[in-house]
Amino acid sequence: MTPPPLLAITALTRTFGALSALAGVSLSVTPKTRHAVIGPNGAGKTTLFNVITGQVPPSAGHVLFEGRLVTGLSPHAVARRGISRSFQRTNLFPKLTVLENLRLAAAADGRGSWSLFGRVDRLRAPFERATETAEAIGLRDRLPATAGTLSYGEQRQLEVGVALATRPKLLLLDEPTAGMSPEETQRMTRMLEGLPREVTLLIIEHDMDVVGSLADRVTVLHYGEVLTEGTFDHVKRDPRVYEVYLGSA
Amino acid sequence: MIVRWVAVAALIVGAAVFPAFAGKYPVKLLQEILIWGIFAMSLDLLMGYAGMVSLGHSAFFGVGGYVAALALLKSPGVASGLLLPAAAAALAALVIGYFSIRVSGVYFIMLTLAFSQMFYAVTFQAAWLGAEDGIVGVPRLNALGLDTAKPLAFHLYLVVLIAVGALALFRIVRSPFGRVLRGIHENEARMEAVGYAVDRYKLLAFVIAGTVAGVAGSLYTQFVGSITPDAFLWTTSGEALLMVIIGGTGTLAGSMLGAAAFILLQSLVSSYTERWMLILGLTFILLVLFAPGGVVGALRGRVGIRS
Amino acid sequence: MPFLLDLFAQALNGLSYGVLLFLLSVGLTLIFGMLDVVNLAHGSFYMLGAYAGLTLIAASGSFWLALAVAPLVVGVIGVLIERSCLRPLYWRGPLDQVLLTFGLIYLFEDLVKWIWGGRIRSIPPPDLFSGSVTLWGATVPSYRMFVIAFGLVMAMVLWLLIERTRLGAIIRAGVFDSEMAAGMGINVDRVFTGVFAFGAGLAGLSGVIAGPIQSAQPPMGATILVPALIVVVVGGLGSLKGSLVGSLIIGQAETFGKAWLPGASMLIIYLVMALVLLLRPQGLFGRALK
Repeated sequence: MTPPPLLAITALTRTFGALSALAGVSLSVTPKTRHAVIGPNGAGKTTLFNVITGQVPPSAGHVLFEGRLVTGLSPHAVARRGISRSFQRTNLFPKLTVLENLRLAAAADGRGSWSLFGRVDRLRAPFERATETAEAIGLRDRLPATAGTLSYGEQRQLEVGVALATRPKLLLLDEPTAGMSPEETQRMTRMLEGLPREVTLLIIEHDMDVVGSLADRVTVLHYGEVLTEGTFDHVKRDPRVYEVYLGSA
Repeated sequence: MIVRWVAVAALIVGAAVFPAFAGKYPVKLLQEILIWGIFAMSLDLLMGYAGMVSLGHSAFFGVGGYVAALALLKSPGVASGLLLPAAAAALAALVIGYFSIRVSGVYFIMLTLAFSQMFYAVTFQAAWLGAEDGIVGVPRLNALGLDTAKPLAFHLYLVVLIAVGALALFRIVRSPFGRVLRGIHENEARMEAVGYAVDRYKLLAFVIAGTVAGVAGSLYTQFVGSITPDAFLWTTSGEALLMVIIGGTGTLAGSMLGAAAFILLQSLVSSYTERWMLILGLTFILLVLFAPGGVVGALRGRVGIRS
Repeated sequence: MPFLLDLFAQALNGLSYGVLLFLLSVGLTLIFGMLDVVNLAHGSFYMLGAYAGLTLIAASGSFWLALAVAPLVVGVIGVLIERSCLRPLYWRGPLDQVLLTFGLIYLFEDLVKWIWGGRIRSIPPPDLFSGSVTLWGATVPSYRMFVIAFGLVMAMVLWLLIERTRLGAIIRAGVFDSEMAAGMGINVDRVFTGVFAFGAGLAGLSGVIAGPIQSAQPPMGATILVPALIVVVVGGLGSLKGSLVGSLIIGQAETFGKAWLPGASMLIIYLVMALVLLLRPQGLFGRALK
């Protein structure tokens, strides 16, 4: 008996003029699992994330999170519901320290941020959460460094960290290993494997090794539609998937 | 840390006792610097910390100034000199901010400019507000045993009020709220994505900045004894903007320095030549081309001060 | 029907004022919308055009000579400004550009005051158009009709330039992509300078034409800047069509405002701009934001 889905996407469509970025995508994510979304470039993967997180409204269809409708909510409201997201192109606070990057994310849901005359160091919880997150992403000793001075791989780790620091129920990762060397990719994969199971993952990835290591379930998107879905082994053996990737090479 | 507090205290005390060993004109200059300085600081909160560049900040300066003028003519109490102007400016900032924050970048600049020019248009043509000549003969505050018609009393009242305002701004900038503003300035989209209701924070910053600007405006009215529509001109906002940039955006203290630089330069040059506008303009141009980061930035580079 | 005649006369006034705004705003929309440069001193070019015109008329006695030469003079000044002051600031962002161009406003206004004095200087219209003409019962200065006709011609010339030339194609694309342009074999630096000088020259042209209507005085640059900015915002940054429509709207709004609601005339154009920004922030013909 599978538990009710954490995220339930039904017939999600998003058109930009004549272009259909998403053409009726339906997808369910089971809680505490790791679910990968793969597909060639232009398949609509990032658009899917953009619609889920409220950055872009859908043209049709809806998204339910924990049984409640999230389509139409603004990005910050979606985040408050417990969905957090990392970006394909690193999207940090470059002039702030690693600690501050994480602390800001950790403090997002607290009332403390409205304090005009209080002192930041009096609010312990965000600091603690930030340090914990730094530990989880392997940047504990880089806390005082300015985000902009980090190496590319470290920045990608921090990118995930910022999303993680909000203690989400569902973590959307958009190509976390994009542009990484093999060593950095290994490190990232181990980091993601080490994340607590309470955090459900939905990952867009191009690197099949990463998908193979992490994913409990894989959805293949092609031209905005779901081509097939199943375990990684199942999907790997589907001739259509092979064709789709080969055809776009 | 202690050094900083001692330095700040010394500055405040120095400003307070300045009339003891300086003539009337330098004292007036200091008072003008303090008023424009706090006005510029409030703009820096908006620009340097929240990242909202506004060319309409004079709207709140003018609202504070006019409300103070009208109120002080009726009754020279604290409500007239301080509370009503602040409240009026806060309300104006709430309304203008609510509409302006929907857009950003150059459109935000334009919309805020439009709002302040609207105030100019209304006051310029309204007979009951004195039209082009504005409101004159405004009495000084006289309340709680303090008669600011006396020069020394006024000076202390001014210094204390502005010191409190400046310290409040410094505190706000270091508060959790201030950190959020900085995050918004650095990466607004990520702040949204992480769960901050960015527009609400921006609105509060706008209202705070507007309220302080309103207090500056009311102090200006009390300083000069009158107020004209020129307070609302976009060039008034522009001058405050210059002061912030000269001193260094996002430093708060820089704005006070920038106000001092601007006003001293203006006063100095105009005492030697009628061509002070030309020299001022040239100075800005050279400053931008050869000293980016403003005065504070240049000082920081030279002395290696870290904030 | 005196009311209709009055309406007609006012509309003609609004049209001629609209032409001034049009010429001014085309330059502004190109510089602002295409080059992404904040040039608060654009009004100064207008002022310099008026004063250059004043001097050329005084020296040569010919309005037409002034009309031809003054814009060129202002254009050259534009080139000098762009090369020396603005070029280092392109990658420094809008704040530094604001400070610098604000400094230019002060500089030019005082320079003009120094050379020509602070009082208002009237500029006589050319002999050809110094009388008045009666059109369907309404009597208007013939100079205004000239301005309107001139505006029409300029609009067509600009349209041809934008629609029929390669440079115009780039401008029409809306965003000046330096990389793409360089890839097309275009000297980006020269295009920037050229567009800036062109915009400045148009502003100067507007200033010369405005002379006989508005006279010349040092604050005229800072004063006309706001209506011009409003036209650009209402019409849409970077859009020539927007400048035309915007200047017609604002020209009429301000003129009729002065005639019918003198107590609120100044307020009207700001209300128009605020309304447009709230309902359609990109302007009537601007590119959609985000």
